[in-house]
Amino acid sequence: MSHFLSPLFQAGFFTSDAVHTALIIGTTVAVVAGALGVFTVMRGQSFAAEAFGDIGTTGGSGAFLVGVGPLPGFLIFSVLAAGAMELVGIQRGRGRDLATGIVLGAALGLAALFLYLGSTIHNTTGAAVTILFGSIFTVPTSTIPLVAVLAGIVVAILLVIHRPLLLSTISPEIATARGVPVRLLGTTYLLALATTVALCALTIGSILSTALLIGPAAAALRTTRRPGRAVLLSALLGVAAVWLGIVLAYDSYWWSAKHTSWPVSFFVVAIVFGVYLLSGVPAWRERRRTNRTTG
Amino acid sequence: MFSGFMVNAWIVASIVAVVAGVVGFFVVLRGSAFVAHAIPNGAFAGAAGAVLIGTDAIVGLGVFSLLGALTIGLLGRRGRHDAVTALALVTMLGIGALFLSLSSEYEPAVYSLLFGEVLGISPSELAPTAVLAVVCVLTVALVYRPLMLSSVLAEVGEARGIPRFGIEIIFLLIVALATTMTVPVVGTLLIFSLMIGAPAAARSFTDRPERALLLSVALALATVWAAIALSYSTNYPVGFFVGTAGAVLYAIGRLWAAVGRRRRPATPNAAPDTTHPPERHTILT
Repeated sequence: MSHFLSPLFQAGFFTSDAVHTALIIGTTVAVVAGALGVFTVMRGQSFAAEAFGDIGTTGGSGAFLVGVGPLPGFLIFSVLAAGAMELVGIQRGRGRDLATGIVLGAALGLAALFLYLGSTIHNTTGAAVTILFGSIFTVPTSTIPLVAVLAGIVVAILLVIHRPLLLSTISPEIATARGVPVRLLGTTYLLALATTVALCALTIGSILSTALLIGPAAAALRTTRRPGRAVLLSALLGVAAVWLGIVLAYDSYWWSAKHTSWPVSFFVVAIVFGVYLLSGVPAWRERRRTNRTTG
Repeated sequence: MFSGFMVNAWIVASIVAVVAGVVGFFVVLRGSAFVAHAIPNGAFAGAAGAVLIGTDAIVGLGVFSLLGALTIGLLGRRGRHDAVTALALVTMLGIGALFLSLSSEYEPAVYSLLFGEVLGISPSELAPTAVLAVVCVLTVALVYRPLMLSSVLAEVGEARGIPRFGIEIIFLLIVALATTMTVPVVGTLLIFSLMIGAPAAARSFTDRPERALLLSVALALATVWAAIALSYSTNYPVGFFVGTAGAVLYAIGRLWAAVGRRRRPATPNAAPDTTHPPERHTILT
């Protein structure tokens, strides 16, 4: 991972194919994650977003075992997990994290088994580490169509269900009273989330997947109360973080004499975290002002 | 199965199970499963950092789990708790990725931190684990009543002068302490499964907090012992058995509660759902 720029550094930033691919995939993923993330944060399902990354990794290592590509394994396991979470009770506020936790615990146990079996057969543990940290610069150009198709599916689902989903997120009672199928919507949303995480984790790693799903959305929701605006702002913030992260990671190669470039995931996560902290500033100043006038 | 290096494994695993049973009980009671996932996983970055600067991994784990706990606590006061937990986790993982890329000799060790090496515990790890475990359980014992009240009925707790925010910070620090102590010996994945599976199952079997706490510890011990025995005889990883046992125990607990509810629909004690008001009162007594 530390030398992923060495074949490219003679070429400039804008002529490098790896950077082009990274920018295209990064932008697509950031837009989808940013948009869906708003619903994830509003529904309080950040843990599920994070868990799908780990659960999918189990599927990925299982697929590795039977000799299939990681994506089918990732998707199948995520979809099964989404069903299991729904069954255990992710739709109830109080048991939400517990439902995710139980499913995640079982999946992690399976991951340990798969990796053990994988290491006895193939003598490597590399798969899990690669999926965890993934590198946007090593994504092959040939994955672009697949990424585009999956992103298209998620966006299409969101376009169809966003209005009733929003209602059932803000007030499940009113939604039920109006005849909105709340549970069905919740499951559909979970499936969209699972697909998005698969898309993100396999291209940019599961750290960035969670970061882009939660960070920009949480920051956007602190700045605006309108869901539509939050979706736009969140997607924009995500894209900006990815672009800036790619540029910084590319440049970091020249920062030290040893020429070891810093990982993109570090930069993007740092930017996302910074943006989240900044998004709290207006509310903080508001609180200070009211404190001063009242006290 | 009980000779040589296996003795250490049995002792350490039992200590870890007791701590996981106690701390996990409050994790489940407070609905903080995400925190129990985030702090151990994020703390791995500290271990990577410790390797980078050449200190003991446990120091790095300790520093990062404390930092993670404080970040989650402070930011969670104003923001959405789960979103803040996710952000704290990915930030720590991002820093971990940076440390890894700088040292580049660490990947096999990552595997052992994630999945643990229960069967490869050295005798020198026994003493620090035992000390941290005692500190952890004593801390819980010290704040037991306010922690219990605040976890079940935060509003009533505040009315009686128990600060919700203070208790939250103390709780997060306890999780951080449990993490520091358990991750080097059993790995992040195993400790998470132990902290969730056994306590969640225990709560389905009884409504009384003391009984549930004891049951939680007992189930965690049973899980770990069975997992080590099975792992010893089949050679499959311990984490697989612990993870599966957690899910199976929880499923049995849910079935038990469902059957109990059907048999005695009138008594509120039979309901496993904590949001049910009558049950909250039984927990207070």
